[in-house]
Amino acid sequence: MIDVNTLVGPYPFRHVPHPDPDALLRVMDREGIDQAWVGHLPSAFHRDPSEGNRELQTLLSRSNARLRPVFAVRPDWPKWESALEDAAAAGAPAIRIYPPQWGLGPHSERMRELAFAAGARGLALLLTVKFEDLRQRHPMDSAGDLSAAAIRTLARTGHDVRLVVTAASRDLIEEVHWGLTPDEQRRVFWDISWVWGPPEDHLAKLLRTIGGERFVFGTHWPLRLAQTPRANLDLLPDDVRATTLADAASICLAARR
Amino acid sequence: MTPGGGRDASGAGGGPLIDVHAHFHHARTGRADWAEVNEARFRAGERIGITYHVASILGSWGFSSPTYFPSPADVTLGNDAMLALGEREPDRVRMFVTVNPNYTDHALNEIDRCAARGAIGVKLLASRRSDDPLLDPIAAEAGKRGFPILHHIWQHRQREWPTQEISDGLDLARLAVRHPGTSFILAHIGGGGDYMHTFPAVVDCPNIYPDLSGSGADRGMLDSAVAALGASRLLWGSDLTMCTGLAKLRALDLLRLSAEELAGIRWLNAARIFPPGSFPRCARQTRETDPRGARTAGVQ
Repeated sequence: MIDVNTLVGPYPFRHVPHPDPDALLRVMDREGIDQAWVGHLPSAFHRDPSEGNRELQTLLSRSNARLRPVFAVRPDWPKWESALEDAAAAGAPAIRIYPPQWGLGPHSERMRELAFAAGARGLALLLTVKFEDLRQRHPMDSAGDLSAAAIRTLARTGHDVRLVVTAASRDLIEEVHWGLTPDEQRRVFWDISWVWGPPEDHLAKLLRTIGGERFVFGTHWPLRLAQTPRANLDLLPDDVRATTLADAASICLAARR
Repeated sequence: MTPGGGRDASGAGGGPLIDVHAHFHHARTGRADWAEVNEARFRAGERIGITYHVASILGSWGFSSPTYFPSPADVTLGNDAMLALGEREPDRVRMFVTVNPNYTDHALNEIDRCAARGAIGVKLLASRRSDDPLLDPIAAEAGKRGFPILHHIWQHRQREWPTQEISDGLDLARLAVRHPGTSFILAHIGGGGDYMHTFPAVVDCPNIYPDLSGSGADRGMLDSAVAALGASRLLWGSDLTMCTGLAKLRALDLLRLSAEELAGIRWLNAARIFPPGSFPRCARQTRETDPRGARTAGVQ
């Protein structure tokens, strides 16, 4: 099992206990997770993510191959193309992008260029809808959630684009999915870290209507309890308990390496 | 990967489990799937191992008056549905009577009417700020009957939000100080807002018991709650997301709590603040596994 949605490093708006690779590895052992795609949490809030990428590489170099780096690449920053090459060279399965935090709107031409370039290299784009519940955000945390329009635009960029959208809830998933052609839908994968289980059974409904092949396992660690997605799966109704989620290792060329 | 690989869905030590923050629906809430949602709660409850769902219905859930400002007619409608459900499921459902404090006479009459048919607590929404004097007769009546009040809370109120007249821990603490003989369940520390504001806000009010429910499952939230308030002040609950409820149960297992502390959060703390004899299956379950447990807890 692969956890596509993990981060290391402190969060600027509240204390997060032990957001380090060693703690993550212990959590993975406990939860039966074989591999994690790991981003650098502070970089989402930096203007220039390059230093954070270097720090991530250093942090993960002391760990084993179970932790795969997911660098942040900001397409409106000079030399972003070399940051993309660095990510590919480091064996990253994906790159993280943060359009709301970088002030890039849903129709950003820079973002489309990056999506196209990443797709050509077999790298998935990993998007974060939100870090925290809207109702608890710090007054300075004013970026807002990633919009459905931004995801649809990226999904329409080209055949090779692969998106992994994390921390989305049912409404957003449905708004994006049913606003895409079947071919475009196949380019988008959703992690289940913020999808509600029973009694509303949002996850079960999505598995019935959209299909398990569009969903991947993600915890949103260290911000959320790593137990949440597994608990959600354990509470699925009988008719979808045997549904198979997508294997994150097979969603793009870089993930298969 | 395949979901639901047959793993045991329980957590936090096993034994009885009381969900102090549950909701049900009824036919006049405008939802075609209302019965399925109710059944889903029971289905998940069985898998988690919930012994009792202590539940309320919030009027018409917005269909004919706002969820958080239900009309008296809708309050009665929801309570009637809750009474019927409680009578249909006596072994696993207990009832909070929902009231709107802006209608004092109606609220007191509803408490009286529903208590006569088995209600064991009072549910207050966000229809009036919790420190408003209009809540005093309700808090007094609840205290007289030994009913805890489950009060909807926004963790740290920094401004007004639409659809609710929100209250936070400080607001509830002012009411709790005026009614030291009444127990207050502070709703869903994971239900929105900043729980780190709530803990110091209520730490000096021993009659306030936060519940752990809500879709929020932040790492550090449970540890901080235990550190700030102690396990004896906390109650397990699920509210609208039983998946996060189960995740929190499993996370509690990792906090190095004693068996007694875990049992407290799972059910014993609830059993202490609800009327005696409210949860007979918990006592039976405990006697079966630990003959001393029920006596030690003082639970009938």
